[in-house]
Amino acid sequence: MNIGIPKETRPGERRVACTPGEVGALRELGHRVLVERDAGDAAGFSEADYEQAGAAQAADAREVWRQAELICKVHPPSPEEAEWLGDGKTLISFFWPAQNPKLLAQLAAQGAHVLAMDAVPRISRAQKLDALSSMAHVAGYRAALEAGQYYGRFFTGQITAAGKIPPARVLVIGAGVAGLSAVGAAAGLGAVVRAFDTRPEVREQVQSMNAEFLEINVREESGGGGGYARVMSEEYIKAEMELFAAQARESDIIITTALVPGKPAPKLITEAMVQSMPGGGVLVDLAAEQGGNCELTEPGKAVVRHGIHIVGYTDFPSRMAAQSSELYAANIRHLIAELTPARDGVLVADMNDRVIRATTVAHRGAVTWPPPEPEPPKAAAPAPAPAEEPEPPAPAKKSSRARGFAVFAGLAVGVAAVLAMGAVAPPSFMRHFIVFVLACFVGWQVVWNVTPALHTPLMSVTNAISSIIVIGALLQAGSADWRWLALGALLLASVNIAGGFLVTQRMLRMFQK
Amino acid sequence: MIPAGAVNAAYLAAAVLFILSLGGLSRRESAARGNLCGIAGMALALAATLLGHDTGPGAVLAAVMLAGGLLGALAAARVRMTAMPQLVAMLHSFVGLAAALVGFATFLNAGDARSAAEQTIFEIEICLGVLIGALTFSGSLAAFGKLQALLSSAPLLLPARHFLNLCMLLACIYFGAVFVGGAPEEKLPALLWVCALALLLGIHMVLAIGGADMPVVISMLNSYSGWAAAATGFMLANDLLIITGALVGSSGAILSYIMCRAMNRRFVSVILGGFGATAGGASGGAKNGDEKHAETITAAETAALLGRASSLVIVPGYGMAVAQAQHPLSELTRRLRELGVNVRFGIHPVAGRMPGHMNVLLAEAKIPYDIVLEMDAINPDLPRTDAVLVIGANDIVNPSALDSEDSPIAGMPVLEVWRARDVIVLKRSMASGYAGVENPLFFRGNTRMLFGDARDAIEEVLRAVDG
Repeated sequence: MNIGIPKETRPGERRVACTPGEVGALRELGHRVLVERDAGDAAGFSEADYEQAGAAQAADAREVWRQAELICKVHPPSPEEAEWLGDGKTLISFFWPAQNPKLLAQLAAQGAHVLAMDAVPRISRAQKLDALSSMAHVAGYRAALEAGQYYGRFFTGQITAAGKIPPARVLVIGAGVAGLSAVGAAAGLGAVVRAFDTRPEVREQVQSMNAEFLEINVREESGGGGGYARVMSEEYIKAEMELFAAQARESDIIITTALVPGKPAPKLITEAMVQSMPGGGVLVDLAAEQGGNCELTEPGKAVVRHGIHIVGYTDFPSRMAAQSSELYAANIRHLIAELTPARDGVLVADMNDRVIRATTVAHRGAVTWPPPEPEPPKAAAPAPAPAEEPEPPAPAKKSSRARGFAVFAGLAVGVAAVLAMGAVAPPSFMRHFIVFVLACFVGWQVVWNVTPALHTPLMSVTNAISSIIVIGALLQAGSADWRWLALGALLLASVNIAGGFLVTQRMLRMFQK
Repeated sequence: MIPAGAVNAAYLAAAVLFILSLGGLSRRESAARGNLCGIAGMALALAATLLGHDTGPGAVLAAVMLAGGLLGALAAARVRMTAMPQLVAMLHSFVGLAAALVGFATFLNAGDARSAAEQTIFEIEICLGVLIGALTFSGSLAAFGKLQALLSSAPLLLPARHFLNLCMLLACIYFGAVFVGGAPEEKLPALLWVCALALLLGIHMVLAIGGADMPVVISMLNSYSGWAAAATGFMLANDLLIITGALVGSSGAILSYIMCRAMNRRFVSVILGGFGATAGGASGGAKNGDEKHAETITAAETAALLGRASSLVIVPGYGMAVAQAQHPLSELTRRLRELGVNVRFGIHPVAGRMPGHMNVLLAEAKIPYDIVLEMDAINPDLPRTDAVLVIGANDIVNPSALDSEDSPIAGMPVLEVWRARDVIVLKRSMASGYAGVENPLFFRGNTRMLFGDARDAIEEVLRAVDG
């Protein structure tokens, strides 16, 4: 199959959907790659790089769209490009079907097969296709660097001959992929980072990146669908705003990444909070495209308000075009690998595959978006699926009760057996028996907490100790008749005593710090 | 001859020393002292017995003990650390045989100064002593054979083997009853029958258990050797033997329990043997259907990846022991630590062929013990770890134990290495592990396979790190 890579036509866009590094991987899948002459220039990939990787060159966009059956792009096609996407052509790009219903209907009517990178489902198997996460990752990283660009000081604290440099204090709001990436970048540069998120489950991730996790003491679950936060209650929002107001006074840099899917971005940073920030501070608003998390954000621009830089760019990934192109191209290559399972260059769209089904938004003349709710496993295998979910708690409870009963029954039987034995056995035996049972318990208590590393030495020392049977051999060696039996036992036990203790000692000597 | 009271006092002291010995062995700081306590206890018990009882001509005893001691010392000094499980199995078999011999000697030398009830109990004790002793002996020999690769490590599955075991056990009980209740001339043949059947039973039971369950078998035999000593103690009315036997018996039982828990299996099902023969085959076949692709990596790339990592966890398995790779691994660890990599080891409880086997091998290679951590300590850190190097291990790092309900190893606690950023698996081939379960870890996006003999491969990585 011919894969076409046209140059992005949206003004200011620097990314490209395939890098020279991925050309080879696509060719290994059995495809040919056709790249528009200057497609990679803005991202720093030259014509020669592509040629060396084995891609064919096309003089202009028209030729790419005509020759290739599969077009890979970053943005949805422009009206002109859409005209070229006829029957039998496949398109892979960000598509935003919810915002572009007309375009989607047009392409479906033309018979095009459209796969939207923004419709990849958020399940573990599809992580390697998740271009939204890749781009959010780049955006978060870039946001920290943009902040550093406008912030007139160091990130890291230092003590120099001339005096002390305090570290920058960074507040990151929203610890999704972009937020965590910003946390990591800022912490990596040496800043003191705090992060806030409405989902308590991300606390560990924040802490693992050397940042402090801020919390609010209002109990509320916010696990929304698909790894995003959802809209919160009034009481919670009030507490949240108080926290931000307090934090803003002592943050040199604020990076906001709060988004609720399908809604305008929540306004979290008020004009008053911006005013209260220390002079020379920076606010980077990653939600600018959806209206911004700050009241003063102007989408697409960096402005200064009350002495604070407010950065509202909407093209962070494009500002690191080389890196984001590489990640995006890798995501696309993984999708193409899913589409060519036989690695023979033949595109197979298996609409029973959950990932491909969800990603496909137009297929065979029909709009296939939004995908049906993820139920197919139930329909395909009705027997095992429903039985799994609700069951586990019940048997667990039952088994713990059953175990309790078993322990009780065991104890009762044991006590009864001992009583019965005591009734018939001679006292001398019972005396020894008491010693035996007590010794078992002592052994249990003493050995219970042994460190796993010492299992082998413990075993060899118990082995040596169990050759205490040597005493039995010695006692029997006194009688004349069957002495050879006793002497045989004595020999074996002696081997054991010496061997067991010495080998233990040898092992223990090896354990060293 | 010293008075009986003094002998008993010495026995008491010896028993206390043994308890201190086991207690000391549970922590590294006190382990060496624990061993010394054990030696002291044994010396005290021997001296008291020799001085307090009529034990026959001293010269013969001294000669026998000296010969045995020399043999033991030689074996202890010579054994390679990878061969440790074999040595332990061999020593267990000695205890078992000694117990059986003492049982026969006690029976043949017995006087008649007992009441009827006492006589019955005495004979039951002898019977039990011989039974457990013989079982321990033959079972340990079979285990030795498997570990030394004299016997195949695959489980031997005779048809109707549970029935066979049951029959042998019932026959043992029958001959035991004959021995206890029968006429005097019937007694010795009956005891010999018990002994012979116990020998067979021991061999058959161990042969039916596969190689990877060896840690359980070894600790179970360890436990048996203790019970054998305790039975002998009952038979000779000697409290020191009873106490010591009970200590060893319960210690072995705890180890068996720990090993079973580490495999999420029940003790009974391990002992009944035959694991993996049926379940593994079925699921392996089903999964081979869709072809998957495992990414490979070269030694040089491995070296680069390890050198760049800031934290590395190494997970060794039996494959490392087989290839004797612990020494180059120690050198690699040292080099990486010099480069500033935080190197640690993650040890699964049943890695290797005997409880604690990996720890001993790593210690032998002079890897500091404070970077060798057990599974529960290392698992929470794995998500924050840059790289994991798995050497010759398979089932203990298999994610399907956690996420696949119908896997034969479902529910077994495993080292969750796939949570680390990069995983390198050093293995001979793609063959599945002992449980016969395919390992999805090999096909994960963050896993790279480094194929080859563990020792050669690590030496190559080491050269690449140095170069």
